[in-house]
Amino acid sequence: MPSFVIKEKCDGCKGQDKTACMYICPHDLMTLDKDGSETGTEMKAYNQEPEQCWECYNCVKICPQQAVEVRAYADFAPLGASVIPMRGTDSIMWTVKFRNGVLKRFKFPIRLVPEGSVDPYAGKPEPNFDDIKKPGFFNFTV
Amino acid sequence: MEKEVNSFQFVGKPEVVEIECDLLLIGGGMAGAGAAFEACRWATPKGLKVVMLDKAAVDRSGAVAQGLSAINTYIGENDVQDYVRYVRADLMGITREDLVWDLGRVIDDSVHLFEEWGLPIWKRGDDGSSMDGFQARDAGKALLKDGGAPVRSGKWQIMINGESYKAIVGEVAKSALEYNRQATGMDQNLYERVFTTRLLLDANVPNRVAGAISFSVRENKVFVVKANATLNGAGGAVNIFRPRSVGEGMGRAWFPVWNSGSGYAMGIQAGAELTLMENRFVPMRFKDGYGPVGAWFLFFKATATNALGEDYCVKYADKLKELYAPYDNPMTTNLRNCAAMWDMQAGNGPIMMHTDKALQEMAKTMDAKKLKHLEAEAWEDFLDMTIPQAGLWAANNIEPDKVPSELMPSEPYLLGSHAGCAGFWCSGPGDIPGAPAEWSWGYNRMSTVDGLFMAGDVVGASGHKFSSGSHAEGRIAAKSMVSWCLDHADYKPVVKESVDDLVAEIYLPMELYGKYKQYTTSPDSADVNPNYIKPRMLQFRLMKIMDEYVGGVSTWYVTSKTMLDEGLKRLALLKEDSSRMAAKDLHELLRCWENYHRIWAAEAHARHIMFREETRYPGYYFRGDFPKIDDTNWKCFNNSKFDPDTGDWVNFKKDYVKLVD
Repeated sequence: MPSFVIKEKCDGCKGQDKTACMYICPHDLMTLDKDGSETGTEMKAYNQEPEQCWECYNCVKICPQQAVEVRAYADFAPLGASVIPMRGTDSIMWTVKFRNGVLKRFKFPIRLVPEGSVDPYAGKPEPNFDDIKKPGFFNFTV
Repeated sequence: MEKEVNSFQFVGKPEVVEIECDLLLIGGGMAGAGAAFEACRWATPKGLKVVMLDKAAVDRSGAVAQGLSAINTYIGENDVQDYVRYVRADLMGITREDLVWDLGRVIDDSVHLFEEWGLPIWKRGDDGSSMDGFQARDAGKALLKDGGAPVRSGKWQIMINGESYKAIVGEVAKSALEYNRQATGMDQNLYERVFTTRLLLDANVPNRVAGAISFSVRENKVFVVKANATLNGAGGAVNIFRPRSVGEGMGRAWFPVWNSGSGYAMGIQAGAELTLMENRFVPMRFKDGYGPVGAWFLFFKATATNALGEDYCVKYADKLKELYAPYDNPMTTNLRNCAAMWDMQAGNGPIMMHTDKALQEMAKTMDAKKLKHLEAEAWEDFLDMTIPQAGLWAANNIEPDKVPSELMPSEPYLLGSHAGCAGFWCSGPGDIPGAPAEWSWGYNRMSTVDGLFMAGDVVGASGHKFSSGSHAEGRIAAKSMVSWCLDHADYKPVVKESVDDLVAEIYLPMELYGKYKQYTTSPDSADVNPNYIKPRMLQFRLMKIMDEYVGGVSTWYVTSKTMLDEGLKRLALLKEDSSRMAAKDLHELLRCWENYHRIWAAEAHARHIMFREETRYPGYYFRGDFPKIDDTNWKCFNNSKFDPDTGDWVNFKKDYVKLVD
C-alpha cells in the first residue's frame, strides 16, 4: 500500500497553509478527508489509490506529525517489516526493521547548503547574446 | 457507438484562465528544471516571460522525485567522443551522434552546479576509500570543478548522497522562475498541480505550436497558455504494458509510475516526427522491488548467475555472437538480458545476484569501521532511490552480506533519457563535424514542428543522458528557445482550435459521470456501467493488449506482424472508447487524461516495431518473424509522423550516419 496514515497522529495539517502530503505526492494520491465521509473521522489524510503508489516516501518524509508510514506491497511482501525515515535539515536517519526483528540504522547526508540559501545567479556571468547561437551555456563556453 | 459531447449539463463549466508568455516549459522534472535555470537568465534581460506547468510539485516531480544514489553521466577525465562510442554501442549501433556529442561536451557544467547548490557528492579519500558528502567536506576535499576526485562506480557514473537531489535542483529552478517573474511583472509563472492535455497549434502559421492547454487538479480551472516557444519535458511512459505485479504492487514500476506518456502523446498529436519509438527499456533489477543493480555490479563487483551458479553471459556467449555479432562485443545491456531470458526459459532460474559473495570479498581487507561504512553504502543505494527494495529485503529477512537476491527483467518502459532512446526527431546543434546538414534546422532540440522544443525523455536517438543529461539538455533547449523568441519577436499566437471545444473536451469525463452515474446501482469502487469506462479499467485494457500482442512479459517479449496487426486493431477500439471515459472528480479526470496519453505512446511503439522488420534490440523485444539483426536493411533510423489534419500515420527510414570512429 504503500503509504498509509495513522489516524491518531494525523491532524489534517490544521496549523499549516496546506496539507503537506497532498502538496508533495508526485502522483496526486494523498488527499484530505475534510468531512470524514471516507475515513470515518473529519480532517484526516489518506492514500486514495494505493495500487498507484511508487513508495517514494515523499509523504512519509514531509509529514510534520510522522503520521504517514508505508506497509510494503501486500501482493508480494511478507508482513512485519518497516522502513522509517527521519529527515532533518542536512541529513536523513533510517531505521530498517526486519520481519525477524533485526534492526539496522543508517544516517546519510542529504545536502551541504541550507535549504533556501542558494541565489541561482549570484557570482555568475551575464549572458552574452553574441554567443546565443553557439554551443554552451550562459556561464559555460565550449 | 454514438459520440458523446460535453454540453456542461451535468458538470459546471470551469473558469478559463488565459496566460500569455514567451517561453512555456511543460514539466518540472530534471529537464524542465534545467530549462528554467538557463531560460530565466537569458530571457529576463530581454523582457521575455517564462512560465512553467507541472502536474505535481517541483520539489518532488519527475523521475528523480524519490532521489538517486548516483549520477550516471559525468564525463570528467574522459573523452567526449568515448561517451558517444559508449552510447552508440549500448543502443545497438544507431544513435544521433550529433545530439549525444553536443550533450557530452556540456553535461559536466550541470553536475558542477548541483554540487555548488549543495548536492553531496562522494569523493575518493587519500587511501583510495570512498567518502560520503560530509566526510569529504570535513576533510576539505575539493569540489569536482576544482579537480576533486569523485567515486566512480563505472566509467561514467559517480556516487552521490542523493536523497534530496530533486529538491535541491527544483529549489533553484523555482528561484530562477521567481527572478523572471519579478522582472517581467507577471502575477504568477509557476503553476503546480496542473495537467497539460494538448499542445495548441497556430491558426495562421502551419506546423507551428502556439502554446498548450492544461487543467487544474485542485480547482475547477483550465489554463490556456499562449507562447512563442514551448518546451515538451513531460517525460516517458510507464504502465502501458501490464506489469508483473497487478495488485497493490502495480505502482512499483522501475521507472516512476507517474510517467504517463504525456510527452509522447502531445508531441505526436501536434505532428512532431518520432524516431526509434520501437526502442524500449527492460531493466533487469532485483525482483519485485526493482532496486538498482548498477552499483552492485560496478562498485561492489557482484556477479549474477543462474540457479546452477553459471554465468549466463558466458554460457550463451557463442549463441549471442552467432545471432547478434558484432553487437555482443562490448556486451550491451539488452544482450545481457537476452542471455538471462534464455536461461530462465530453459528452467534455470531464478537468476541470483551474489551480493553476499561480493561483500564478503570486500570485507576481507577491511576493519570493523570500514565494514560498517560499506554496509551503509550498500543500503544507501536503495534508501536514496528505491526505498521499497529496502523494505522488501527487510520483509524477506534478506541481509545482502549473507544471502544472494533474485533478479528479474521488468515489463517494458518507453523513455529517452536512461538506457533507452524512444522519442522525437530533433534538430542538432549544427556544428558537429560530419553531421548531415538536414540534421539541424537552426534551433537546437527543436522538433519538426516550429516553436516546439524537446528535452529529456522525449528526445529520440540519444539515450544515456540520465538525470544530469536531462538537466543539461533542458538548458540546451531553453537557450535555443530564447534565440527562437528573439528571432520571431513579432509572432502573435492565435489558437487554431476553439477554446470552448477544448475546455469541453477536457471536462467530458466529468460530464459523462454526472449524466450516467445514476443509471446503475454500482458503487464508485466498482462502477459497472454500460455508458462509460473508468480510467482504471481503460488502463487495464491497454496494459493487457500491449502485454499480449506487443511483446510484454507474458510472451517473453516476443511479437510479430500478425500479433501487432491484432494489437493495433484492439488499440483502435480502445482509442475510440477513450472518449467514453468517466471521472467522478478532478483526480480521476487526471487519470483519464494520463491514460489517454498512454494509448498514443503505446500505439506509436507498436507501429514502430511493426515497421522495423528485424530484431534490433534482442533482450528488450523479439520479432518472432524477423529474429535476427539485419544491418543491411535496417541500420537506419525508423521515423514516423502523425498528420493532425488527416489522421494519417506513416513510418519511413532515415539514414544513420556515423560521426565518431
